[in-house]
Amino acid sequence: MSDLSQPRAFRPAATEAPWARITLIIAVVAVLVVLLFAPLITVFYEALREGFGAALATLAEPESQSAIRLTLLVAVFAVPLNAVFGVAAAWLITKYSFRGKAVLITLIDIPFSVSPVVAGLCIVLTFGANSWLGSWLVAHGMPVVFAVPGIIMASMFVTFPFVARELIPVMVEQGRAAEEAALTLGASGWRVFFTVTLPNIRWALLYGVLLCNARAMGEFGAVAVVSGKIRGLTATMPITIEILYNEYSSVAAFTLAAVLALLALVTLALKSLLEWRYADQLAATHRH
Amino acid sequence: MQIEIDEISKEFGTTAALTPVTLSIPSGALVALLGPSGSGKTTLLRILGGLEFPTAGRVLFDGADATALTVQERRAGFVFQSYALFAHMTVFENIAYGLRARPRTTRPPAAEIVRRVTKLLELIQLPDIGARYPSQLSGGQRQRVALARALAIEPRMLLLDEPFGALDARVRKDLRQGLRDIHDTTGLTTIFVTHDQDEAMELADLVVVMSMGRIEQVGRPQDIRARPASAFVRDFISA
Repeated sequence: MSDLSQPRAFRPAATEAPWARITLIIAVVAVLVVLLFAPLITVFYEALREGFGAALATLAEPESQSAIRLTLLVAVFAVPLNAVFGVAAAWLITKYSFRGKAVLITLIDIPFSVSPVVAGLCIVLTFGANSWLGSWLVAHGMPVVFAVPGIIMASMFVTFPFVARELIPVMVEQGRAAEEAALTLGASGWRVFFTVTLPNIRWALLYGVLLCNARAMGEFGAVAVVSGKIRGLTATMPITIEILYNEYSSVAAFTLAAVLALLALVTLALKSLLEWRYADQLAATHRH
Repeated sequence: MQIEIDEISKEFGTTAALTPVTLSIPSGALVALLGPSGSGKTTLLRILGGLEFPTAGRVLFDGADATALTVQERRAGFVFQSYALFAHMTVFENIAYGLRARPRTTRPPAAEIVRRVTKLLELIQLPDIGARYPSQLSGGQRQRVALARALAIEPRMLLLDEPFGALDARVRKDLRQGLRDIHDTTGLTTIFVTHDQDEAMELADLVVVMSMGRIEQVGRPQDIRARPASAFVRDFISA
């Protein structure tokens, strides 16, 4: 029997015991430090090991410049195309019911489940000089494999699902009512899309695009297979980093790696800035 | 506007939502489509608004076949069950949406849009909320804004899907009278869907009792109460 005069410390049913909370927090922080912060700091430390000047000098090398340009070029093509595709696919999947919808959802997820190397290999087999399509393309001066188009295709394949996956749950939750309301008010389909649908999904779209961009710039496996790793021509930043590292040019390798990491950090900062800037709007519309 | 529903049926896949229904709605009437969920009343309303198309049958507006008219061409003021206000727009922008969506040739000038929206805000007795966002409004205010938005397009009829469904009992009573007043002021043919027999009986000129995709009875509230046409109607209205 419990002593009723003894005051008992109650805690909410959904709150864990203090020791459980502390253990969980320590575990999460430890994992973050070991897996995220330590490598990130190492990258910058190794890059600047021989001074800021040495790091800058490697960035001035034509090889590095070409790698940075190529990576940005790939992102410029892959990200907008996948954004448009992702919006179209999410729209189709959430606003209409049709036969084969489940198959389409599975198809969108394929890049998540297939190894990027396999994806790259498929592009090589389909568009390489040994296939009829590839030989025709080469004969007409439009090589895909070991050239920029193949790298863009490989990056697009790998980043295919990001935008659609981000949008689908948001659009399912929102339903069709707002769009139907706009239609009854006389708006055309395009007007509904630009004035109602797009504003409602813009945050999810932004996250999807940022993720897609990060992955497009960082993709290694698929690009490694289709690019042929031709230095100064088809080597993107991740490929060039690997080449340099294997040649023991560690300052050059880590400097490029630091630039790639910086691009990611800038992306994150941009996202946080937008969230902070539009916090009131986010709160007002209950959408994010 | 007078509305004629001629042998309308609707199937979703293999399930029939409406077995052929025929109904004549006189111009300027305030009509309730009353029935339990799954009776086909919302489907019928959406067919009138052009949001669904019937599997068979015709809809006539003032005697002219309107079955093939698109949702935009119908010019039906539609109030949705959860109002479907545009969350990222202010109340003013919500109400102005339909006017701004018009093609350039028929679009009123900006000053005229301001004038009309202001007038509508007065009509719904919320003159000062134009700058607010829907999330900052109460349920009852949202419903009235949705009504104003639907009225802004100078609709040919007013269609309301469970307009009081999401509101608490006291607000319901007030807004019933509000809808009655707006109907009487505008003279629009108004059709609302409800599963609440009190609401239908108290508010409507004409009650259409539906069940399982069929119309069980059409009549004035007092006639339906006095002479229910079937056991279903008798049970439903006494519930």
